[in-house]
Amino acid sequence: MISLTVNGKRYDVDVSPDMPLLWVIRDAIGLTGTKFGCGLSQCGACTVHLDGEPIRSCVTPVSSVGSKKVTTVEGLSPTANHALQAAWIAEQVPQCGYCQSGQLMSAAALLAKKPNPTDADIDAAMSGNICRCGTYQRIRRAIHRAAGA
Amino acid sequence: MASTLSRRTFLKVSAAAGGALVVGGYLPGLRDVDTATAAGFFEPNVWVKIGADDSVTIMLSADPKVGNTNFGGAQLTAGSNSVRGMWKLLREAGGTARAMLVTAGAETWGVAANTCSTEKGEVVHKTSGRRLRYGSLVDKAAALPVPKTVPLKDPKDFRLLGQALPRLDIPEKVNGKAVFGIDVKRPNMLIARVVRCPVFGGKVASFNADKSKAVAGVRHVVQISNGVAVVADNYWAASKGAQALDVKWDEGALANLSSADIVKKYAALAEQPGKIARNNGDAPAAMKGATRTFERVFEAPFLAHACMEPMNCTADVRSDQCDVWVPTQGQTASHQAAIAASGLPANAVKIHTTYLGGGFGRRGEADFVTEAVETSKAVGKPVKVVWTREDDIQHDFYRPVTYVRMWGALDASGKPVAFMQRLVQQSLMKRIGSLPPNGVDFISVDGSANLPYDIPNVRVEYTEADPGIPYGFWRSVGASVQGYVVEAFIDELATTAGKDPYQFRRELLSKAPRHRAVLDLVAEKAGWGKPLPQGRARGIAVMEAFGSIVGQVAEVSVTNGSVRVHKIWCAVDTGWVINPDTIKAQMEGGTIYGLTAALKGEITIQNGRVVQRHFNDYPMIRHNEAPEVEVHIVPSTQTPGGIGEPSTAVAAGALVNAISAATGKRIYRLPIHAEQFRGTA
Repeated sequence: MISLTVNGKRYDVDVSPDMPLLWVIRDAIGLTGTKFGCGLSQCGACTVHLDGEPIRSCVTPVSSVGSKKVTTVEGLSPTANHALQAAWIAEQVPQCGYCQSGQLMSAAALLAKKPNPTDADIDAAMSGNICRCGTYQRIRRAIHRAAGA
Repeated sequence: MASTLSRRTFLKVSAAAGGALVVGGYLPGLRDVDTATAAGFFEPNVWVKIGADDSVTIMLSADPKVGNTNFGGAQLTAGSNSVRGMWKLLREAGGTARAMLVTAGAETWGVAANTCSTEKGEVVHKTSGRRLRYGSLVDKAAALPVPKTVPLKDPKDFRLLGQALPRLDIPEKVNGKAVFGIDVKRPNMLIARVVRCPVFGGKVASFNADKSKAVAGVRHVVQISNGVAVVADNYWAASKGAQALDVKWDEGALANLSSADIVKKYAALAEQPGKIARNNGDAPAAMKGATRTFERVFEAPFLAHACMEPMNCTADVRSDQCDVWVPTQGQTASHQAAIAASGLPANAVKIHTTYLGGGFGRRGEADFVTEAVETSKAVGKPVKVVWTREDDIQHDFYRPVTYVRMWGALDASGKPVAFMQRLVQQSLMKRIGSLPPNGVDFISVDGSANLPYDIPNVRVEYTEADPGIPYGFWRSVGASVQGYVVEAFIDELATTAGKDPYQFRRELLSKAPRHRAVLDLVAEKAGWGKPLPQGRARGIAVMEAFGSIVGQVAEVSVTNGSVRVHKIWCAVDTGWVINPDTIKAQMEGGTIYGLTAALKGEITIQNGRVVQRHFNDYPMIRHNEAPEVEVHIVPSTQTPGGIGEPSTAVAAGALVNAISAATGKRIYRLPIHAEQFRGTA
């Protein structure tokens, strides 16, 4: 049995210790906002926070999480009104929407460290997150909008 | 403006339970018209429903490809066809409902119908100022005969169409609540990974499931038509079980095939004339008498779709019923696949469409449906088949590799007098039926057979080839190649003639006013011809695709063999604008999709299998490389065109022309490689 804290709630899960955190969150805990895109840390769709740091949950064995607090898109804000979520709606960012949980988690970690990021900061923090629909410029605008809010 | 309803429109009016006026229309092409009529029932696929509570609901038989068909916003589905195909019928259905409500209101008041009008959900009697809500009239209206002719609303009176209304799907796409196919949960559901033969056309020779079954959580290992399914309690167990599987393949006839072999074969085919797709004047004769002639060969590679959501499908097959939850662009194809794989009658098979994480044509296929239905049937439980990224890159239906010979001729004044194209490609029409008697796949020549330029001698030829690699519909389809080859070739004619590429095109578009207006708009917005920052260069392109005209200007710099795209200006005439912000979003995203392919996209075949595996060797444009795309929409009263695909088609053309302007080197093969302009910039 492995214990972990996700979005402020403690879970005891009976899973193989090498199971990536992604699949623990999705299959064992049942929170499906965090997405599978590549399984190799190449696309960022699975991004969650570990004690506030953005990590790729698809390559993070659950056994390595320990007591660190996991935050998923469902836990970004208790009422889904994080400044970034509001900005994502205002800028009409998502198309298919599949990568956006990961984009939001990377952006939230960026804003937590740099409340007023430059375009170069955005490039550095966000380039691990692929969007196949090509919503990049709207994501950039939304991050700037949220920073200015 | 009035419309006489055609027989094939099949508008039908009925009252619905709970009090509602429902106008149902049948649009051929969404479902086979003959099937519906032969079955002796009327089955609408477009509905306008007005409820007793004054609500107005429009229902379309189409998938929300990127989640916005059902929000009145999109002009896209597979083939960018949802609003485009239904526009007239939707207006007729709405006009019919409105006319019947007016009649119902007029009868209530005992006045003539032509003294009444409508305004914001009410019927209004102008002279007396009396008003009745739509909802209070639905029962009466539903009992009226259907008018033969209906007045259509004058576009100047449109209140919602043309407005940038927010999409309804977006809130649940920012909080993790949206349910995509991969998120589907069913009671007692198992998860499967399918191990497929890496060589196309190969089959399972034998397999030993012992090592797979030794993995904790693996429940079943079953052979299905597409390979071996490893079925487990969760994805991780299925994945480990799949990796442990001991399987031997019969690799089949393609085990020695490579991309180089395919191109060699295509080049040989291109030595012979193809089937005639278009023939104006006498291009070969004009070539002989011209001052300058050119022959160029272009190549475009196989491309994968690489949707962010890996392919998946959940099926629950019981003895008498089959339910399928699938992120699909093709409900009919999914339904047919599930019927075939389950062996159940059509009315026992139900398709539940979920949100889909990208489609781009890949999700019009149903191979993943067949896999899920076969696996669920074999194990007797609900099963979700989930693909890996490697599965996705290596087992796609690829944008076909294409070999194109182009010929052109200029007269002494630099005016083009001949244009010829001979294109070799797998036939997409065969994927959905067959080639027409003339042997020309019109999808492959979408962009050349409808060449807008006024050149007196034009000849376009098509030659079908099929090396056996799975191929399919990739965003913008035939136009994805034509937007590149035609616009790169025209650009080379322009610069060789010593003319400005914008002005050269403009002069040739005197008989194509919509093209010319789009070209002028994009040139104006980009400030074409004005001085550029040091090291920057621009390219331009224009074309028609999917009923829309699209033009682009790309601004690039090339440093040490590396291309940087700084900005794209885009203009589009897509006919009536339903939702301008959705159009902009699609033009932005479609451009990135096209640029990604032109700069990075290539699937190569070696020993009958795909070389690329992941996002590291099949890379994507990312945040740090994505240019701003500035979109301008031409006001238009034409029928709405498709909007999901045109900007993808034209992007490569503007890009390669900009690179040529920067380096002096023409790009005859995609994707763009540094060797193509080494030493020039």
